[in-house]
Amino acid sequence: MATFKIKRYNPEKQAEPYYEEFQYDIPAGSTVLDCMNEIKWQQDGSLTFRMSCRSAICGSCAVKVNGHATLACQKQAENMVKNDTIVLEPLGNMKPLKDLAVDFTPFWDKINKVTPYLQPRSAPPEKERRQSPAEFKMIDDTSTCIMCGSCYSDCNVLEVDDNFLGPAALAKAQRFVGDSRDSKTLERVKQLSEYGGIWDCTHCAECVERCPKPAEPFYRIKEIMAVALEKGVHDNVGARHAISFVNSVKHSGSLNENKLPVESMGFFNIKGLLELVPVGLRMLLKRKVPPILHKSIENVQDVRRIFRKLNQ
Amino acid sequence: MIKHDVVIVGSGLAGMRAALETCKGLDVAILTKVYPTRSHSGAAQGGIAASLGSTESDSWEEHMYDTVKGGDFLSDQDAVEEYVKAAPKVIYELEHLGCIFSRTPDGKIAQRHFGGHSKPRACFAADRTGHAILHALHEQILKEGKSVKIYSEWFMHSLITEGNKCKGVVVSDIQTGAVEVIQAKSVIFCTGGYGRVCKITSNAFASTADGVMAAFNAGIPLEDAEFVQFHPSGLYRQGILFSEAARSEGGYLVNGKGERFMEKYAPSRMELAPRDIVSRAEQSEIDEGRGIDGKDYIYLDLRHLGEKKINERLPQIRQLGLDFIGVDCVTDPLPIQPTAHYSMGGIPTNKFGQVIIDDQGTPMEGFFAAGECACVSVHGANRLGTNSLLEAVVFGQRAGKAAFEYTQKASFENINEGQEKARILETFEDIFQRDGTESYNVIRNEMKEVMTSHCGVYRSAKKLEHCIETLKKLQVRYKKGKVTDRGKLFNTELYEIIELGNMLKMAEIIATCALSREESRGGHHRTDFPKRDDDKFLKHTLVYPGKDGLDIKYKPVTLGKHKPVERTY
Repeated sequence: MATFKIKRYNPEKQAEPYYEEFQYDIPAGSTVLDCMNEIKWQQDGSLTFRMSCRSAICGSCAVKVNGHATLACQKQAENMVKNDTIVLEPLGNMKPLKDLAVDFTPFWDKINKVTPYLQPRSAPPEKERRQSPAEFKMIDDTSTCIMCGSCYSDCNVLEVDDNFLGPAALAKAQRFVGDSRDSKTLERVKQLSEYGGIWDCTHCAECVERCPKPAEPFYRIKEIMAVALEKGVHDNVGARHAISFVNSVKHSGSLNENKLPVESMGFFNIKGLLELVPVGLRMLLKRKVPPILHKSIENVQDVRRIFRKLNQ
Repeated sequence: MIKHDVVIVGSGLAGMRAALETCKGLDVAILTKVYPTRSHSGAAQGGIAASLGSTESDSWEEHMYDTVKGGDFLSDQDAVEEYVKAAPKVIYELEHLGCIFSRTPDGKIAQRHFGGHSKPRACFAADRTGHAILHALHEQILKEGKSVKIYSEWFMHSLITEGNKCKGVVVSDIQTGAVEVIQAKSVIFCTGGYGRVCKITSNAFASTADGVMAAFNAGIPLEDAEFVQFHPSGLYRQGILFSEAARSEGGYLVNGKGERFMEKYAPSRMELAPRDIVSRAEQSEIDEGRGIDGKDYIYLDLRHLGEKKINERLPQIRQLGLDFIGVDCVTDPLPIQPTAHYSMGGIPTNKFGQVIIDDQGTPMEGFFAAGECACVSVHGANRLGTNSLLEAVVFGQRAGKAAFEYTQKASFENINEGQEKARILETFEDIFQRDGTESYNVIRNEMKEVMTSHCGVYRSAKKLEHCIETLKKLQVRYKKGKVTDRGKLFNTELYEIIELGNMLKMAEIIATCALSREESRGGHHRTDFPKRDDDKFLKHTLVYPGKDGLDIKYKPVTLGKHKPVERTY
């Protein structure tokens, strides 16, 4: 017998959410969703959650299982039991509506912001636009996204910054940035380099952990970053930060922490540079200032050889 | 009262394709129980048919013959002809809209073999073709955001008609419980199938017959409801789909004795015979004790394909096996059984997507239907794999076009809003008043059980009579089940009860039509009438709501150049 500890919320009845425990004997081969349904059907019909296909393709049933966003139909329940318990909660970073159902409006609004449709170069030909298998491969992974919201729920940036487009929308953006048939690559990467876009991702890769499909948004974000740099879209803090980082490691084998913030802000960005002053002063007070003279590491030649090997 | 020029119910391939056709110049609404990208079209895996001839020469004539023969000659051949002719164009259109497709080395849309098709005709995006098309259409709907309003998580309760005219729909917002009337010049139903009446089914929880029952309750007949397709490769016990692509890429079907048993049933096509034939072969092996360990499943064996090919062509299938039963198809065979998959029957339409209300071809003005909920009929008694995505797109487009033209000339009709709303509010109230002790889950499970065991792959008068009797008893028990949630907010229990009501009636319709058709044809097989009987039953069933029970009538099949012959593979 397992305990399902479920976060309940029904604003019609009670303003605050609470946890309720259900005892349920998990039959062999049951998914988490199977258990949720049986608990609803046998114990409490008011338990509310979304579901439809039960084969990991419609993206309806993502909830937090033991604290992490999970597609409920995709996981065998017995593998999720910890200390005889499975904890179910609504997805994060979105407002709960009732029990495990949350309001997806901000999620879809952000998808809408990345111009989520093909903008082809020319009028369509009579037959198909040709695309090589290698070009198809560029958008193969991103197109497996089922919009379940798992990545959005557990994104660490969204937790502190609502303006971040979030992993799903950025993965959707890569779907077109990487599409050989799309003509607006430069415009897209420019827009995606703005505040709230690719450079606001902190590279924690939580979205890769949570993604139930091969879409794995963080890798898609990195692909957009590469295209942005390749296309010369450097005029922003994120791109300058990445370039400075690479140059420093290439030059000395380690990070020049004095140069990095200045180069990231941009030498002529007076306002930005002034904003750095209080941080610098605080670092000084806490004695966290890096050495003034940045020295190369001993085996810097090896590092440079790596860069040469990578044609950088 | 909400007003839109056109309201489309259902947001799968047919619904969204219809929306794209109508939104240029009209105010369009799409209403869905879920969210558009969650529609069940997205679960279609293997491909979409068109005679592109990417790798081998092909023609619409061959596609047509395969479809008609696959349908056991019950298809209306005038409709089939236009449908297969339209196929290449609609595929190229999807590609132009941005849909992704797997490609040939020279960059063309790749195609593979599929059951019952004589040529490699299935265009595909790995093993998630429906998903690829669904998302491509959703992208276009977002692009047209100004003229298409999406009502996500709204439920359609009934169709408002008067005489021969359709005037709108009564709906409710699942999130708030608010009942509304949507007045429309045209209504298009793209509400999908009803496989959920069966215990073993590949269908989503949402596939519950709401659309077809709303049409039926408005006095419109349903066509060929007895023809339900059982897909040969449903995951054992769960019914979840393993695409036919697994067999078109070379997978074997193996019984408990380790034999590739299809040799006995369809020696020329083996595992790639049409679905009705393969499902019956599987069921025979199981019934005759040759299932795996004598149980009710057989094996789908992909091991000889090798890891590389499986990863490239069937990645989702591998993952489904790993996630749902912990079997890796690279090293072990997958346990499968026939699973209720597709409804050939539905709301009768002509080849333009207009709903037809009798055997004379009289249309219901302002009412259109497309996709699985409709019966054109292009699939006849059995649909070929990859023909359903094509049907959804072709007839979604056609119904959209017909609705667009009709709406230009039509006007809004008067609706008694209060009366229409009151009827649905009474239904809610009636459910909330029920004080029974029996769980609706028990009633639902009994329906599903009897439909799978008595109205499944093999049927007989005895089985069907028992099935109908059981369903009628369940309909009585349904009226006083146990209700636990009486709130307005996001009351999913309420909607499940309403859906169950629709399914209990639909199940009775399927079984009753099956009992009346005393022959075996395509997906409908009677052990007491094992032969096809063209003299008596080369005709479409039409079932009407009668005064006491169901009224069954028939209408002729539109034949063409392909005369019925014995169907062997």
